[in-house]
Amino acid sequence: MNDHTEPDQPATGKATNGNGMSRRQFMKGSGVAAAATALTQAPLLEASAAQPAAGEVPGMGPAAGRLTLNVNGQKMTTNIEPRVTLLDALRNYLDVTGCKRVCDRGSCGACTVMLDGKPVYSCSMLALEAQGKPIRTAESLVQGEKLDPVPAAFARYDAQQCGFCTPGFVVAMKAVFEQNAKPSPAEVERGLAGNICRCGTYEQMRDAIYALCNQKRRS
Amino acid sequence: MLWLAEPPLGHKLNKAKTHLWDDSMKDIDYTAPRTLAEAAALLNDKGDRARILAGGTDIIVQLREHRRDLDLLVDVKNIAEVNELTFDPARGLRIGAAVPCYRIYENKDIAKAYPGLIDAVSLVGGVQIQSRASVGGNLCNASPAADTTPMLIALEATCHIAGPQGPRQLPVETFCTAPGRTALERGELLVSIDLPAPKPHSGAHYLRFIPRNEMDIAVVGAGASVVLDDKKQKCLAARIGVGAVAPTPLLVPDAGAALVDGALSDALIDKAVQAARAAAKPISDMRGTAEYRKHLVGVLVKRAVQGAIHRAREK
Repeated sequence: MNDHTEPDQPATGKATNGNGMSRRQFMKGSGVAAAATALTQAPLLEASAAQPAAGEVPGMGPAAGRLTLNVNGQKMTTNIEPRVTLLDALRNYLDVTGCKRVCDRGSCGACTVMLDGKPVYSCSMLALEAQGKPIRTAESLVQGEKLDPVPAAFARYDAQQCGFCTPGFVVAMKAVFEQNAKPSPAEVERGLAGNICRCGTYEQMRDAIYALCNQKRRS
Repeated sequence: MLWLAEPPLGHKLNKAKTHLWDDSMKDIDYTAPRTLAEAAALLNDKGDRARILAGGTDIIVQLREHRRDLDLLVDVKNIAEVNELTFDPARGLRIGAAVPCYRIYENKDIAKAYPGLIDAVSLVGGVQIQSRASVGGNLCNASPAADTTPMLIALEATCHIAGPQGPRQLPVETFCTAPGRTALERGELLVSIDLPAPKPHSGAHYLRFIPRNEMDIAVVGAGASVVLDDKKQKCLAARIGVGAVAPTPLLVPDAGAALVDGALSDALIDKAVQAARAAAKPISDMRGTAEYRKHLVGVLVKRAVQGAIHRAREK
């Protein structure tokens, strides 16, 4: 691969990419002169850090700009184009690969992450929209060797076949428990309705979740 | 050299960008104005080349599937007015255009006052979609099968619009003009959707039919709202909204009128059903034939009206 001069090439790992990228004048030829002037001077992040002066509209694009995301309690910075989705930013730019890319169209749930405590599809939002909000992925459910009870129950009850949908299910299930520590079967079903397992391991998932709910009920 | 007979890898990659399932989006600019005036100026300047980003659950997928071609996304979530969600029992409900569905159904006061609206916002996609998707976005996407629009129509919602010519208001049933098209003019944006305060002895109900329980597009949707008299035996006013049976979600005035014509009975509800079937002009597609939809709209209107009456009597 020797022709990688395009700015959309991911920065490797968690490092920030060096510069040398030309930032095309945002809104070139735009009648909104104030906005354009402000934007060529400052990418969104710097602009939004300080309250922009009147008449300045924070924005960026289409070239890459610096973006810092708060992922699993860690600040991660990279250079990213506005068009990059949160899923691609996490997987391809920040090496956080717990969220999986399956349908990439907001219908299968494999990319589920928690944003500000709410389960969302990371494939159908821009990475830019997630800045300043805590993001939690399946990785947050492992502390060293210790698994969170939700993935532990999924493992114990063999609630996966290929396992590709599992991180999404586990994060969605965790969100259900955070909403209500003792959820009703209807609440569990509703909380997992946006996730699909194409291997069809729903029976084992049901067993795992049933066991989890029983544990909670006893405690 | 021999390997030149094969196009270089870069060429293949570029070619792949025209594919439907290409994973990259076209280059776009992103901006996040903080006031309605800034947003309106940007939209006015860019016209069709700019579009609003609220929850993004429609627009991002459309861009990535190359079903829409844009230069600029205007993220309105930094604007205070479009994030407003206020309920006053005397004045009604204001739903900012970018308020995600979950904020509506997690508010206990709103859930109690507008159970029909809660039916609708709780069945948009799954929970992950409801964490992001807004009622305003659902309306502006202008799908004939939008889940929340028929209920907004039945609840007599008003759209508040800002733009270069100043603010204006529209009844929600006139907002969608064709599939994917709205009454918004160049530079205009939806600010909020206002619902009147619920009247005494009123009730509403929304139903949608899909083959799955969730995460699908409506085959037909129907919302009903009724206001009963003090004895709860007669209907004083009724509004019926239906979705996925015409190019836009429809208000069916004849169905509402049929219900206020005497003491409530099955025969009276059947008149409303006939009116809804007559107003429906569905198409046949992968989700169902036109005949099937015409039948289904009657079934759903009947159940939605019964549900609305039940709720009004329970109050």
